[in-house]
Amino acid sequence: MKNRTKLPNVYLGFLLALMYVPILLVIIYSFNESKISSVWSGFSLKWYGELFRDAAMFEALKNTVILGVLSCLCAGVIGTLGAFGMTRVRLRTKGVMEYLSTLPIMIPEIILGMVFLAFFSLIGLPFGMTTLVISHTAFCIPYVYMLVKARLVGMDPSLAEAALDLGASPRRVFFDITLPLISPAIASGMLLAFAMSADDVIISVFVTGVNTNTLPLKIYTQMKTGVTPKINALCTLMFAATILLCGAAALIGRTKKNKTEKGTEKP
Amino acid sequence: MKKRKRKGEAWTIVPLYLFTLLFVAGPIIYMVVLSFMTRAQTWGVVPEFTLKNYQDIGEPVYLKTFWESLKLGMLSTVLVTALGYPFGYFMAKLTAKWKKRTMMLLMIPFWTSSLIRLYGWIIIFRTGGVLDSLLSALHITEEPLKLLYTYPAVVVGMVYALLPFMIFSVYSSAEKLDFSLVEAARDLGASPMKAFLTVSLKLTLPGLLSGVVLTFVPSMGLFFIADILGGNKVVLVGNLIQEQLMKAHNWPFAAALSVALLVLTTVVIWLYRKLSGVKELEGLV
Repeated sequence: MKNRTKLPNVYLGFLLALMYVPILLVIIYSFNESKISSVWSGFSLKWYGELFRDAAMFEALKNTVILGVLSCLCAGVIGTLGAFGMTRVRLRTKGVMEYLSTLPIMIPEIILGMVFLAFFSLIGLPFGMTTLVISHTAFCIPYVYMLVKARLVGMDPSLAEAALDLGASPRRVFFDITLPLISPAIASGMLLAFAMSADDVIISVFVTGVNTNTLPLKIYTQMKTGVTPKINALCTLMFAATILLCGAAALIGRTKKNKTEKGTEKP
Repeated sequence: MKKRKRKGEAWTIVPLYLFTLLFVAGPIIYMVVLSFMTRAQTWGVVPEFTLKNYQDIGEPVYLKTFWESLKLGMLSTVLVTALGYPFGYFMAKLTAKWKKRTMMLLMIPFWTSSLIRLYGWIIIFRTGGVLDSLLSALHITEEPLKLLYTYPAVVVGMVYALLPFMIFSVYSSAEKLDFSLVEAARDLGASPMKAFLTVSLKLTLPGLLSGVVLTFVPSMGLFFIADILGGNKVVLVGNLIQEQLMKAHNWPFAAALSVALLVLTTVVIWLYRKLSGVKELEGLV
């Protein structure tokens, strides 16, 4: 390929660097001694200290993790089974159901928030962790569903057929052939779902109870009222966690891939 | 034999069907019903049919909010396209090794909490903040600037939050593009511009269009960006719905606003499907 100019690469580098500027600033100012974040008055770890003494913060962290794990597990099971069933079953309602089940990530989140708020008060469900898990599961399902379905569609159907012809029960075929092949898609779908759940503000604002706070909600309210550099410290730690998760995801992807390759090579 | 096999697997769609009917279709239907109900004097709703909520949307104040949201959404989408399309396109031309690296570098900010990234912009825009100090140190501006809580600040926040979606969509489309087609067009005497327009742009159009949908649709509802970077100067449909729900407690009106927004969104997605002829949004997951 002719590469006459370096300009495209300069553009890519420039835009990427620009994307990191706000994040880097948050990290830098988390080590600022001064309470006013526009003035740099020296390196300090005192905001981290204050953060770790904040019990409410740990409560919010606990809630965020519980919520993320529960909703991505629910979405993982419902989404995977659903995607599997949808490729097997012929029903007239399939198109409509597929549209409906992926709707939560197609429409602006605020509509979903409004809809859940009204619906949960109609059926009298008390607002709190239960309502949070249900609504997060609703917008987590599409991620798992779409990834797993794409994988299933791209899968060679003769593998499952061969196993069936050789006398394996459908259940055995699912667990021994299909599941190992689609597991990378399930894993990345669930990881994406967890990230979306742990980042959600808009829907959580509407469906949370008085006593249930998540980290994004806590940061959001603090950003609206008064910000202390404690938030910077919290954000920095969350960023570190993100990088660790990203690395873990890459590693999972790699080992999973090797495994499936080995699996298909088995005589 | 085949039929029995199907029957044995049919139950797997039951959880998805149940959940979707109960917690997606049900609530949305209820919202539509709610939008035709009357607001009670003090609290709650009265089940009396009315069209008042929809008539209220026609009031100049609310129409203006819709129009402002549309304008902001379109402006953000245009800017995101202008920045993101070249990025995705150039990225597809990189070598496999650099593609992977660039993807990783893109994923990290994308996976970082949107609030963290938003907070970074507060540090930049604040009076006496990073940008302000930088500009006055360079003697470009004399007085302290008021950048935070302005319209441009909201636009920057929107563009920044939505850019990755455009990049991923365009990239997934451009990656499938056979660049030798472009070269063939060039060899046959097409100008670079013409080769781009007739070959590259045409073949990456699905990605571009799905990027537009993925940018435009959320931009209408991202009320927290308008809230945090715009103070209360920028009011979007999203802010209006939130206000009607949480402060004014006028649920039927909030429902009517949501229905209107839902209709608008559906029209956009429908247009996308008509224009691109694809069912799935490219690069969505």
